[in-house]
Amino acid sequence: MQQNEMKLEFDSRSCNESFARVAVAAFLTQLNPTLEEVSDVKTAVSEAVTNAIIHGYEGKIKKIVIECEIRGRVLTVTVRDFGKGIADIKKAMEPLYTTKAECDRAGMGFAFMEAFMDTLEVTSSLGQGTCVKMSKSITREPNKYERQ
Amino acid sequence: MEQEFQIKGTTLTIRLPKEIDHHNAEEIRGEADRILQRKLIRVIVFDFRETEFMDSSGIGMIMGRYKNMRFMGGTVIAVHVSERMQRILTMSGIYKLIDIYEDMPEQMKRTGRSR
Repeated sequence: MQQNEMKLEFDSRSCNESFARVAVAAFLTQLNPTLEEVSDVKTAVSEAVTNAIIHGYEGKIKKIVIECEIRGRVLTVTVRDFGKGIADIKKAMEPLYTTKAECDRAGMGFAFMEAFMDTLEVTSSLGQGTCVKMSKSITREPNKYERQ
Repeated sequence: MEQEFQIKGTTLTIRLPKEIDHHNAEEIRGEADRILQRKLIRVIVFDFRETEFMDSSGIGMIMGRYKNMRFMGGTVIAVHVSERMQRILTMSGIYKLIDIYEDMPEQMKRTGRSR
């Protein structure tokens, strides 16, 4: 069974959103995912990182930590911020619900993460931060040149 | 900025970049709203021909422009939408608010106006 881990820490600047999703996508390539699976993971990571920047830190420049783990054919991604936290997680996860409508936020972030990943788990405490853990199993068989 | 903003008659065509996330959705929003304040625009065309990636920040940006245009009695359409972008637009429900065309509608090519 294949097993691998990586950890990434970066500033909560919006220019790092593309860096974060591309880094996770690059780590994922060892499972030989389809283009669609790569796009799904990129979208979910982009949503989680954007949430951390806009809602967790509200524009302040602090650190975001991403941890990735591969076990067998399953990728697990954890996106963590140490910002203000979510008061009502259930409410926050409702599609179209947003606390920042004036900033043109669609309220679709968690809905997209849920749609594009297999599992989604959100834990948060006020003043401590938020942790989004999501996983996706990669269905296509590894090709024979894959590094083990 | 990489994306282009083209005004023809009362139509504003926005050629969207390869990737649309919170970072550059903000830039597109700023430029689009500057144009909407200065010029009489009746139709906004979002041209997706180069776009391979969009997250919900892109949806929010389109939804926001849709609200502005509706308020002024205008319309918003999307053209050259790939399969992936179609999926994102469908999932978000925004396809109910804006019309999606494979190519620029003929009458708009000719006059730069809608309908």
